[in-house]
Amino acid sequence: MKIKPLQIIAHIILILGVLLMVVPIWISFASSSHDSVTILTEGMKFHIGDQLARNYNEVLNEKGGWSEEVTAAKMFINSFIMALGIATLKVVISAMSAYALVYYRFKLAVPIFWLIFITLLVPLEVRIFPSYKIVSDLGLTNSYTGLILPLVASATATFFFRQFYKTIPDELLESAKLDGANAWSFFIDFLVPLSKTMIAAMFIFMFVYGYSQYLWPLIMTTAEEYWTVVMGMKIIYTESYEGVALPRTAERFAYIILSMIPPVLVVVFLQKWFIKGLIQTEK
Amino acid sequence: MSFLDLKNVTKIYPNGTKAVHETSLSVDEGEFMVFVGPSGCGKSTLLRMVAGLEDITEGDINLDGKLMNEVDPSERDVAMVFQNYALYPHMNVYNNLAYGLKNRGIDKETIEQKVNDAAKLLQISDYLQRKPSMLSGGQRQRVAMGRAIVRNPKIFLFDEPLSNLDAKLRIQMRLEIKKLQQKVGVTSIFVTHDQVEAMTLADRLAVINNGIIEQLGTPIEIYDNPKSLFVAGFIGSPQMNFLDGNLKNKTLSAEGFEIKDIDSDFEGEVTLGIRPEHLSQSENALISLKVELVEQLGSDNLVYGQLKNKKDFCYRCPGNQTIEKGSNLSLNIENNKYYIFDKSTGKRVN
Repeated sequence: MKIKPLQIIAHIILILGVLLMVVPIWISFASSSHDSVTILTEGMKFHIGDQLARNYNEVLNEKGGWSEEVTAAKMFINSFIMALGIATLKVVISAMSAYALVYYRFKLAVPIFWLIFITLLVPLEVRIFPSYKIVSDLGLTNSYTGLILPLVASATATFFFRQFYKTIPDELLESAKLDGANAWSFFIDFLVPLSKTMIAAMFIFMFVYGYSQYLWPLIMTTAEEYWTVVMGMKIIYTESYEGVALPRTAERFAYIILSMIPPVLVVVFLQKWFIKGLIQTEK
Repeated sequence: MSFLDLKNVTKIYPNGTKAVHETSLSVDEGEFMVFVGPSGCGKSTLLRMVAGLEDITEGDINLDGKLMNEVDPSERDVAMVFQNYALYPHMNVYNNLAYGLKNRGIDKETIEQKVNDAAKLLQISDYLQRKPSMLSGGQRQRVAMGRAIVRNPKIFLFDEPLSNLDAKLRIQMRLEIKKLQQKVGVTSIFVTHDQVEAMTLADRLAVINNGIIEQLGTPIEIYDNPKSLFVAGFIGSPQMNFLDGNLKNKTLSAEGFEIKDIDSDFEGEVTLGIRPEHLSQSENALISLKVELVEQLGSDNLVYGQLKNKKDFCYRCPGNQTIEKGSNLSLNIENNKYYIFDKSTGKRVN
């Protein structure tokens, strides 16, 4: 088979793209396996050093913060709980509200949909004071509920589910009705399995969204036991200015690498569903 | 009261379109009723009202002695086969059949028994574990019917179920549906725009046009004795020939010929209808046809041509006759089988 010049160019572009994505991660990982002094004196590393286990062990288990009590491991768990809660509830709530908007023919369905859609223009950062006021009045500061609840409504996901439900042929609903399905069983037996891939995709996006939240947990949590990974990253960075000690660059890299693992795991795990859904063309 | 009774059923859509006009109809138990008509004539709407998928604007629908107007579709005990089958794409064939039974709270063993029986009847036992996307058109059709049969409903409703199949399969499935209906003996309503399907399947036929039942009867009654211009034109293939004429003193004068002693007192502008198969060749006959095209179907020849007044005309003759293109045929109407319709109202007058 002859390789055309166009293919070579295409491959070069693709390879460059891959390098652009992978190289920074590799440098971070390689650098996290040296000690900080080496990195500070010699710059970032491309090869694996001998401090891998020590650095990661230090990052995970060292007690930090003002009270010297919270560990990175605890922050990972917090972030994971928060992201999981946000993603799950977002998917459930969006799917159900889209179901109501598409299948219940009430007069206000369209205005209500646009009302939901407009909330895209008002992200949490814009309404952070009223949101904080409400959550604190409810006594939910420093709790997982407080971290999750204000972020669970999603216009984007509602929009995507709505568009998907609209493509499902009416006959399916009618046929299900004649087969004795009620509103609830149509949702559970038909829409949920049919939108499996949608659910997986939304879950991934929303998980990453929840995981990378910074401002909300920063404002919401005063107790260190509710700190999240993204907050921790900032804390580790500022640490170096405080004392006379050397900046702990190697540990920072280790922390960054660790912080990427939960979202990557979610993507890897749900990708199976994703691909399964893509191969079995439903109609 | 018969098994299914429609009384002055009317459907007006919210936008004001009147889809069905005060239609009354009875279907006996075990009967195979076919609604036939052009697209948009209201036949599907009527069927969907029986199923409960459309609200009834006015009138009553009674099924097995019970008023159905306000009854939810799931409670009506009707089964419907849709045009695109509407199989559940994420369930395998077994679950497609079993879903309706599960919703009725039937126990697992009975469901398995019923599904297997239906599968055997429809010869789909080998595909029970497959998803609908892995089935051919004919197999999907069978699954759709299986889903209806398995529930043992009071009435089967078919909404143009054969129109997605290729010609050969359509004929085969048509036969199977008829056989199956006779075997199972369930009252059925079948909606189609295909008059051949309608003629072959129906015990009784309702020809629908513009939301009105134009004529109701057995297929042969309707073929032999169409009551209106629309029915005459719709039923029969190739289509009936229509010629303009004038009726006066029991004499019809069409363009180029006259027919005397007509059994009608109507006077005025009429349309004369003659079926292509009710003609025969003879010397010095009424109609003179200049042949333009011959379609040889094997058993029959369809001869298309023009009359003296350039009017298109069709004649059907046995396949063993050779007819030359460009020749002139002289045709007679067999056994006075012609139909005369009032030109303004379309009603039959002879």
